[in-house]
Amino acid sequence: MLISTIDRRRVLTGFAALGCAALIPAAPAAAMTEAQARSLIDNVMSDIHTIINSGGSESQMITRFEGIFDQYGDVPIIARSVLGPPARAASTSQMRAFTSAFRTYLSRKYGRQFQRFVGATAQVTSAHPLQRFWEVETTMTLRGRAPFEVRWHVSDRSGSNRFFNLIIEGVNVLAAERQEIGTMLERRGGNLDRMIQDLQQIG
Amino acid sequence: MTAIKGSGLAFTVILVALLIAGCARAPAPSGTNDPYETVNRARFDSNLALDRALSGAPESAPQTQPIDSPEPTDLAQTDEAPVAIEPQRPSFFLRIVSNFGANLGLPSTIANDLLQIRPDRATENTIRLVINSTIGLGGMFDPAGRMGIHGRTSDFGETLHRWGVGEGAYVVLPVLGPSTERDTAGMAVDMVIDPLRFVLPRADYGWSLAARGAARFADRAEYADLLDANVINTSDPYAQARLLYLQTRRYHLGIENEDEIIDPYADFYD
Repeated sequence: MLISTIDRRRVLTGFAALGCAALIPAAPAAAMTEAQARSLIDNVMSDIHTIINSGGSESQMITRFEGIFDQYGDVPIIARSVLGPPARAASTSQMRAFTSAFRTYLSRKYGRQFQRFVGATAQVTSAHPLQRFWEVETTMTLRGRAPFEVRWHVSDRSGSNRFFNLIIEGVNVLAAERQEIGTMLERRGGNLDRMIQDLQQIG
Repeated sequence: MTAIKGSGLAFTVILVALLIAGCARAPAPSGTNDPYETVNRARFDSNLALDRALSGAPESAPQTQPIDSPEPTDLAQTDEAPVAIEPQRPSFFLRIVSNFGANLGLPSTIANDLLQIRPDRATENTIRLVINSTIGLGGMFDPAGRMGIHGRTSDFGETLHRWGVGEGAYVVLPVLGPSTERDTAGMAVDMVIDPLRFVLPRADYGWSLAARGAARFADRAEYADLLDANVINTSDPYAQARLLYLQTRRYHLGIENEDEIIDPYADFYD
């Protein structure tokens, strides 16, 4: 009798502990709901779709992509993260200049590549909490081609709901840009101002 | 007779591959393991030079006008923008070369699906092989893809992964490009266990390999703009190619690594 009571209590305590543990990773994401995460990405993709199918010139499109990055993306945090440790040593004005140059560079580089998706369809397939943010999975389908997956990482930790990373068929865009910006800075002997100046010229 | 001799050789090669790859056994890989970087960089540079020579110097060489003309422009854009962007479509010819070579690779994929004990994938790829070899006129067209049966390529490198072999070091192979130690061993085995090798006369098998090589070249031409933007025109093409190769390869194999997830908020806010 006694044994079974103890066992039961133990089991219940165990369950409670497990329950709490399970809640911890989900808790921070709870501030932003799954529906919000999904609708953010729905909107981004629909805006991108409108732009690439609008038939505008390349430079018009790139300007509009910059607008999308600003509206839906957490550009300051992306820029900080891509710059890495040198961001800590940078002044406020340097960070402002870098963020702006990086936004343009990113829009040019990826904006051009988006153009191959004229006529493609995109849809949100699922969303789940990942560490302390949401991962929204989407599928892009080009006519006559196997669909491919783009995952969007979304968070509200800077105050509003924004995406901060993209994983395109496994390719982590933040990781790729860290590599690129890191090399650019290294090649210029760590001179941030020179790197910002050159970044503005790329593309 | 030849088949028996062939399978004996296959067995030996698999054994050797396992021994080589066995040394590289590792848990879920992350980051880059590139101890041969100096050699790899030299090979990467000569591969790029070869690529440039084969595809005609400037990357943005005039593209052949797509015969496979884009769907009737249903967008009311014709009158509005004179500089409208043409959707980039591969030429009809390149698409045929790509389809034909990919189809010849299917028996090898199916063999590996079976070695990985993945009957679902083996079935889908077999259906694809049957449809494209018949209705698709010997694999020149991809009616299976239009029906939504896209299949999924596989190789002995993936089989080794499935059997628990780690990826080993990153390597750049002459002509063939980025790979890993495990996947290189896998390629050697694939050459030996390819079912087509046992079915086709020797000369024909040689042609089938040439066709598969041509398909890779056609694919490279189709994705030239992506290669330019993400590798060639970056400040360290070698490092970008390595990153992109390893990430896409691991993704294809279904390897997820928590260490690779970036949370910039944790880095700066917490």
